[in-house]
Amino acid sequence: MSEKKLLLGDEAVALGALHAGLSGVYSYPGTPSTEVTEFIQTHAPEVRSRWCTNEKTAMEAALGMSYAGKRSLVCMKHVGMNVCADAFVNSAVTGVNGGIVVLAADDPSMHSSQNEQDSRFYAQFAMVPTFEPSDQQEAYDMIREAFAFSEQVKLPVVFRVVTRLAHSRAAVITGEQTEQNALNPSSDRGWVLLPAIARRQYIKLIDKQPLLLAASEQTPHNSLEGAGTHGVIACGIGYNYVKESGVQDITLLKVSQYPLPEAQIKAMAARCDSILVVEDGQPVVEQGVKALLGAGFPVEGRLTGRLPRTGELTPDNVAAALGVPASRSFGNAQNLAPRPPQLCPGCGHRDVYAALNQVAAEYPDARIFGDIGCYTLGALPPFSALASCVDMGASITMAKGAADAGVFPAIAVIGDSTFTHSGMTGLLDAVNDHSRITVIISDNLTTAMTGGQDSAGTNKFEAICLGLGVEPEHVRVVVPLPANMPEITRIIREEIEYDGVSVIIPRRECMQTLRRHKK
Amino acid sequence: MKKDIILSGVGGQGILSIATVIGEAATAAGLFLKQAEVHGMSQRGGDVQSNLRLSSEVIYSDLIPCGSADLIISMEPMEALRYLPYLAADGRVVTSAKPFVNIPNYPSEEALMAELASLPDVVMLDIEEAARACGNPKGANMVLLGMAAPAIGILDADALRAAIGRVFARKGEAIVAANRKAFDIGLEAGLK
Repeated sequence: MSEKKLLLGDEAVALGALHAGLSGVYSYPGTPSTEVTEFIQTHAPEVRSRWCTNEKTAMEAALGMSYAGKRSLVCMKHVGMNVCADAFVNSAVTGVNGGIVVLAADDPSMHSSQNEQDSRFYAQFAMVPTFEPSDQQEAYDMIREAFAFSEQVKLPVVFRVVTRLAHSRAAVITGEQTEQNALNPSSDRGWVLLPAIARRQYIKLIDKQPLLLAASEQTPHNSLEGAGTHGVIACGIGYNYVKESGVQDITLLKVSQYPLPEAQIKAMAARCDSILVVEDGQPVVEQGVKALLGAGFPVEGRLTGRLPRTGELTPDNVAAALGVPASRSFGNAQNLAPRPPQLCPGCGHRDVYAALNQVAAEYPDARIFGDIGCYTLGALPPFSALASCVDMGASITMAKGAADAGVFPAIAVIGDSTFTHSGMTGLLDAVNDHSRITVIISDNLTTAMTGGQDSAGTNKFEAICLGLGVEPEHVRVVVPLPANMPEITRIIREEIEYDGVSVIIPRRECMQTLRRHKK
Repeated sequence: MKKDIILSGVGGQGILSIATVIGEAATAAGLFLKQAEVHGMSQRGGDVQSNLRLSSEVIYSDLIPCGSADLIISMEPMEALRYLPYLAADGRVVTSAKPFVNIPNYPSEEALMAELASLPDVVMLDIEEAARACGNPKGANMVLLGMAAPAIGILDADALRAAIGRVFARKGEAIVAANRKAFDIGLEAGLK
């Protein structure tokens, strides 16, 4: 039954996947992808949807469901692609049975991220198709097509959205519900990537490339309009900003499916004297079009400075690139100060940093290595406590490496969810090497940063640390409250002085989830 | 006809419920709508904004171009100023008059108020005080919505009042009535 619904881009993806007969979603929370899985959890209890420990376990489980013949969705933010890359790249070589769509939510401008890597590069690298919807309706329609296409070409499809589509609402007209696939486990030997088989599978993957190209040439989502001598290639939501500018006298190629439709681009070049590439993220298409058309043909975009090299597209920078003059009436305000995000009042991480700073002040060479989560805000005033924040789990392993080099004390601060995501393996390295580090697992019983999703290790942290070989007397649990400051600082001092791996677990529920639980 | 609205405030102040009510009214009226929200890290006490676009024609961009917002609706006076470059020449600013100070370098309140007062079209009210005065201390955002209603134009006050009923229906009749009262108090201030 067709309905009209007001949906976030992420929700349109989720509903489209459900209507495509999804059997399971495998995800780790990450802005701006989180709402896809949350929508499925709320609206489709019959679909397997529990949060995974990290993006690699998610990708592999999705591959297992695909092996069994059913449709699965993997959701993550762009940097999650790095975590699942091993499974992802090899899934192109095994191929799929049930359809797999890998939803990668990119975050140009780094609204909530540490880089602006472009997931289209990953798809290109793995030689799988990318679908990149331009709006909420296309997000709904294209994810349905993505599952069918995945089963048709027997490859995972990367579904790329960016923050401004993921987190923007618009009306979506929905379609029919498709039944889930029946259980139908594969008996293809191609899943066993021994070198002799992998070589054959890799040739199969190469042989599929013309099919992918033909699909890109034919899809209605890649379309040519207008007849000007100025060519514009607009990818994903870039199309909206070009249309918003009102510029008429251009030949406009909308691209929402990759590999690039080479014939369409060549046809366009034959009637244009230049091409401007409007794409959110990194210059993936600009590079591809330059390579396709050769050095003699003028191609402009982020690499040539017509559009900014960094940061997301906006209606303003796209209008400027198209030569539309800006029309501002007001300048920047005079009485304005930045208002960065901060740890909530009463948050346990605050007490952890207060205690750490107090003890660290007694050790002039102390370094505190941070990680990814709300507690990364401990890098900002008033705490200014952190020496680093790189990637999920890096606090422990960077502290280890620094300790190996002679830094003392080397302290790691990691959240509960980040610890199970990617911290456990590093802790095992440190234990095996008897590294002199103090690890603080600041446990607020949730994945707080992304809005309070379940955390994979809740109630298991002491057991995990003991199981990995941390000495029982050096696994300490405290309650981070101002009243406990003398005890917490004493324990931190004791564990810093221990010549080996120690773990301190300050544990108190997140203020946000506490408020919700009280309601 | 179109209306481009920027909603602003500090994470946790509840700007999204204002957007939800306007969105509900716009959907019921059959208007095209796009609403870009901020999720994630910024919600922790940082500046937050939402771009809300309503139109009788197809809307392309999820974001409002500079110099074209018809209305800035802000739960906090300094946050209203943050989006000034987006305001159209004849645009209106509807804002709470009461600073929310959670940073050490918040500007002088006097200078801030003077700058706001210097804008061509401003409606300002201590919405927390107004909400308390009408017995609905949690209804400050509905007071603000009422203040903005005359400038929304593309939707009339009755459409918004009806949308409040649908959005808050599951919280009970008393909450709906209290929120409509807060809305009406704001509306009165907005009409002046």
